[in-house]
Amino acid sequence: MNIETTTQADATKAVVEARNLDLVFPTNDGPVQALKDVNLTINKGDFVSFIGPSGCGKTTFLRVMAALEQPTGGEITVNGMSPDEARRQRAYGYVFQASGLYPWRNIARNIKLPLEIMGYSKAEQDKRVNEVLELVELSGFGGKYPWQLSGGMQQRASIARALAFDADILLMDEPFGALDEIVRDHLNEQLLKLWARTNKTIGFVTHSIPEAVYLSTKIVVMSPRPGRITDVIESPLPKERPLDIRDSPEFIEIAHRVREGLRAGHSDD
Amino acid sequence: MKTLIAVLTVLSVIIAFWYAACLPMNIKGVLTEAERAGAEVTPAGAKERRDLGEFGLVLDNSFAIPATWAQDRPRLPAPHQVAQELWKTTGAMVLKGKMMSKRSLFYHGWVTLSATLLGFAIGTGLGILLAVGIVHSRVMDMSVMPWAIVSQTIPIIALAPMIIVVLYSIGVQGILPKAIISAYLSFFPVVVGMVKGLRSPDGMQLDLLRTYNASTNQGFWKLRLPASMPYLFASLKIGIAASLVGAIVGELPTGAVAGLGARLLGGSYYGQTVQIWSALFAAAILAACLVALLGLIERSVLKRMGMGA
Ligand SMILES: Nc1ncnc2c1ncn2[C@@H]1O[C@H](COP(=O)(O)OP(=O)(O)OP(=O)(O)O)[C@@H](O)[C@H]1O
Ligand SMILES: [Mg+2]
Repeated sequence: MNIETTTQADATKAVVEARNLDLVFPTNDGPVQALKDVNLTINKGDFVSFIGPSGCGKTTFLRVMAALEQPTGGEITVNGMSPDEARRQRAYGYVFQASGLYPWRNIARNIKLPLEIMGYSKAEQDKRVNEVLELVELSGFGGKYPWQLSGGMQQRASIARALAFDADILLMDEPFGALDEIVRDHLNEQLLKLWARTNKTIGFVTHSIPEAVYLSTKIVVMSPRPGRITDVIESPLPKERPLDIRDSPEFIEIAHRVREGLRAGHSDD
Repeated sequence: MKTLIAVLTVLSVIIAFWYAACLPMNIKGVLTEAERAGAEVTPAGAKERRDLGEFGLVLDNSFAIPATWAQDRPRLPAPHQVAQELWKTTGAMVLKGKMMSKRSLFYHGWVTLSATLLGFAIGTGLGILLAVGIVHSRVMDMSVMPWAIVSQTIPIIALAPMIIVVLYSIGVQGILPKAIISAYLSFFPVVVGMVKGLRSPDGMQLDLLRTYNASTNQGFWKLRLPASMPYLFASLKIGIAASLVGAIVGELPTGAVAGLGARLLGGSYYGQTVQIWSALFAAAILAACLVALLGLIERSVLKRMGMGA
């Protein structure tokens, strides 16, 4: 009974809370309003996708959550503290658009990089490398160098690197942007399984409507100039999602709503 | 195979030009000697020939052509003369078991090489330290870099005697002054290359370390330093050649009796052009070997780091 209530409370606990968030970049051509009045709550275990036209502030918002960018107005908390405090507690793994693997380290040692920095023991490092390599289906590739792997495999290795340490938030900025459709479908499927197994909270930036709808429990539609949130869609799809769910009426309906949201953002210009 | 043919073609063109250049360069000297020995020379008399064009003289006295490649003290020695001298002062000495005699280029080469290597080590160490400082401290970036650049605008040939005099007055002599001049020339490419290399990681890679909350130290050892390796080796190759030049220049003002610089100087005192040229070639060959050796080390290091494609 008691356990029941705590997990209930846990499930609805806000991991990220943004209130009236503003971010203005001072540039040579004058200030650029990258984020304006952004309000968003991300709960524990959510899979949140950010979708919107280029320049609408998706990357910027992800970077604000990761304390790589300072908001110029409003408030944001991550795990109930400031993003920078959360960063210092190593609360998130960040996956950039490019894999960013070190060419002088093989895959296993690339994955060990955060573990070395965070002071894990040698034995623990090896154990975790094997675990995450298996998680992203790269077992046996630990000894290979990045240039010996395909783009998709490199991207999976960089996801493995972000999963290797105990961060309960995973932030991903167009991780599959450069990959072809088939590989992407496969990685999406894997990512969902991984999310189900690890119960992480995921923030995921994409330009693809089907990808956003397929993956997410919550879809954040954004629009540019100034960057703001125009719609937040809670997905009614079940947590268990085979690839062919994309042909179901519910799926098509959500995709339609996302597309409408994107179009509304565009017609503002 | 194709490249070999191309290389050989270029080489033979250079050698042909060299032989051809010996004709006008040496013809006047040859004709004077020939006349003294009683040969028919047109026109007769060194005075008459002084203002005439060299090419005309060659054409009018074609009998003297072979002699332009065989003079004792030619203005421009022919390739085979230099090669013979090189052999005489290297291989032949080794065969005679006198590899380290005072007349062997191995002896002189080693004297210069030891100063070069010491200077290179000092210069490289200093260069890397300065680069690390410059990358990590804005103050050092603004205060050290301009001086490093200014230091390289002073001609070394003007500076070398002063360095030697100043060091001599505080009792430092021998290999050290040469090594310091050598270090003076070699630290600069290392600073420039290492600064560039240490700054080569892009914003994304630095951001990644930030998300791990990595310290500056960790960022240096795990990211900046390995990323700078290819840049370091490119600089080292320039640096070692500069070191050799520095060591040779360091031998000139002291009137040193040993070293490749001393051979150059001695040769010019006594008009021994063949000796000068063979010392020049010895220096060039030494430089090429050093650069090639660094290239080998570079390849094996980068390969072991997984960066050798
Ligand atoms: N460091 C910066 N300095 C100045 N302006 C910036 C900076 N980073 C982003 N911007 C501006 O902020 C706005 C939002 O950029 P952001 O990168 O967040 O867009 P995005 O939604 O990720 O776009 P894309 O889909 O193309 O990746 C853009 O207008 C961009 O020009
Ligand atoms: Mg972006």
